[in-house]
Amino acid sequence: MKTVTKPNIGSYEERLKGPGWAIAEEELGYKPGNDINIGWYCSDRICKMGKAGKTAFIWEGMGGVAKRYTFNDIRLASNTIAAFLKGLGIEREERVCLFLDRIPELYLGFLGVLKTGAVAQPLFSAFGDESLLVRLENAQTRAIITQRKHVGKVRKLREKLPCLKHIIVVDDDGKKPLQEREVSFSLEGSKPVEDFQCAATKAESPSVLHYTSGTTGMPKGASHAHYSLISQYLTTKWVLDLREDDIYWCTADPGWVTGTSYGIIGPWSMGVTQCVLDVGFTAESWYQFIQKHRVTVWYSAPTAIRALMKAGDEVVRKHDLSSLRHLASVGEPLNAEAVVWSERVYGLPFHDSYWQTETGSIMISNYPGVKIKPGSMCKPFPGITATLLDMETFEPFNTPGKVGLIAVKPGWPAMLRGYWKNEEAYKKKFRKGWYLTGDRATIDTDGYFWFVGRDDDIINTAGHLVSPFEVESALLEHPAVAESAVVSKPDEINMEVVKAFVTLKPGFTGGDDLTLEIMNFIRKKLSPLAMPQEIEFTPQLPKTRSGKIMRRVLKAKEWGQEIGDISTLEND
Amino acid sequence: MEMTEDIRAAVLKYVKAEYLEDDDQEINCDTALISGGIVDSFSMVSLKRFLENKYKIQIPDDKATPEAFDSVNKITALVESFAGGKV
Repeated sequence: MKTVTKPNIGSYEERLKGPGWAIAEEELGYKPGNDINIGWYCSDRICKMGKAGKTAFIWEGMGGVAKRYTFNDIRLASNTIAAFLKGLGIEREERVCLFLDRIPELYLGFLGVLKTGAVAQPLFSAFGDESLLVRLENAQTRAIITQRKHVGKVRKLREKLPCLKHIIVVDDDGKKPLQEREVSFSLEGSKPVEDFQCAATKAESPSVLHYTSGTTGMPKGASHAHYSLISQYLTTKWVLDLREDDIYWCTADPGWVTGTSYGIIGPWSMGVTQCVLDVGFTAESWYQFIQKHRVTVWYSAPTAIRALMKAGDEVVRKHDLSSLRHLASVGEPLNAEAVVWSERVYGLPFHDSYWQTETGSIMISNYPGVKIKPGSMCKPFPGITATLLDMETFEPFNTPGKVGLIAVKPGWPAMLRGYWKNEEAYKKKFRKGWYLTGDRATIDTDGYFWFVGRDDDIINTAGHLVSPFEVESALLEHPAVAESAVVSKPDEINMEVVKAFVTLKPGFTGGDDLTLEIMNFIRKKLSPLAMPQEIEFTPQLPKTRSGKIMRRVLKAKEWGQEIGDISTLEND
Repeated sequence: MEMTEDIRAAVLKYVKAEYLEDDDQEINCDTALISGGIVDSFSMVSLKRFLENKYKIQIPDDKATPEAFDSVNKITALVESFAGGKV
């Protein structure tokens, strides 16, 4: 075990007594009614605190290509992007999508969009055509910031997107002419804008729109407000334990909420140096990165941790990882073995944390200095009232070992303010004064939460939620598919992966080639995450007498569980 | 029986057709596919299946590592190791 220094949180028990969020407001110099703009807080404010010359961002891409930015650099870069957007006529609260790999323009553009008062809509750059279309269509996105390699996808869709007025290409090399609605923008080629008047956004002004999967409908846009900063700042400080001299690495992509809440807002609002590695995963490249940049705090995901476990201990021994002092994890439950393993090989345990796109910040977590029970997500963050609800009555209970729904008392600063243009779905997230997470857990006698599973059919693969409905709908567009049912199946690395059961139209025969064809069809249409890792061709699907496909029967089979009541199963 | 060059050419062609988003992007048999972000860990499953279908081999999961799939040359060597040297 490494030397334990006094954690930022101090005593967890004392923190529960309060005053909670007020501490963050005070430290950030925010008073109710003041302007609050995340873009300003993450750059200009840090410069005003005398840290303009401090390194804010170390970025590394393929082949070890690296760039470094000070806080003054990110202030100027975000000003420059904001001024460019204003020049295009982008108005407050209009949605500006960031459809980029993890290049610097993604991080700096995020702050730039927020500075204009527009809403940042980050989307995972591996999304396929259909996934991109539904999210841009739903949000009535006004502009998209992208790069040459992804512009082809946008071109295919633009005729279906009348609201999309500007396609901004950040790495146009002039070799091919830009097309209708496309405009070139080069951060390095632009004159830095010294002064930009940030939009005077208020606590409830919309800031970020992150899309998440729904069980029975299309993706929902979780809308957040600038006041989310308060939660993101304090959770970063107390859970991730960031300090002035840390080098922090959050491995999440800002296409997902972890990558913005804790891969941009959290560290930069604290004035902490963070680094980003924009290359694909290999154990060797990750360890090299930690060694090279002397990473001290590392926030990663169970899927990555399990992949590192699989890579073995030998590759760990080949690297100097002695700079690491605190490790945390999020995405899906971190299995006990991974916690024990990390303590053995790194001399530090991963601290699991639990939250969602909708919650905007960490809800339940392990904390530095608080006893870890491997496999448990530990306890609610001070200021968060979390409980379990009875699955029938929705009444809170604290019976140890009984499975219930994880619920949170609404009102924390980073809570979603609504689903974009979907009030009905938003209302369904609340029962009897509680926000329903859609996850099930138990609590033990010490008040530790233990994750059990989802309360719906949503698939959590590598920490990302995939809607079976969305995959089933896409499958039906393949010419060979007559019917489909999509469920999760267990996976050693990703916790769950997508499995599809498919019946074929007459004239088609299932086989290896058709399996591959369908896999690639979904990968390109939706995303690699949504691609079924297994496809089972079947003559028929289990249905109720009213014709509804019984996913739960198929899921139970995959997980080796009891099928349960099948009295409504259709007879042959 | 396919020779090494044939396997290499087939894999390169498949990767270009299926995984490259940018038509202008040039790749060769040494280009980093996984660490270079061209093929992600999920898409690796479809690439593995392509190899198994085409060359009638089974690649065990513990051999289908990001390192083993990181370039066309490495994939070619992997295929050959399961096909007894030549396919």
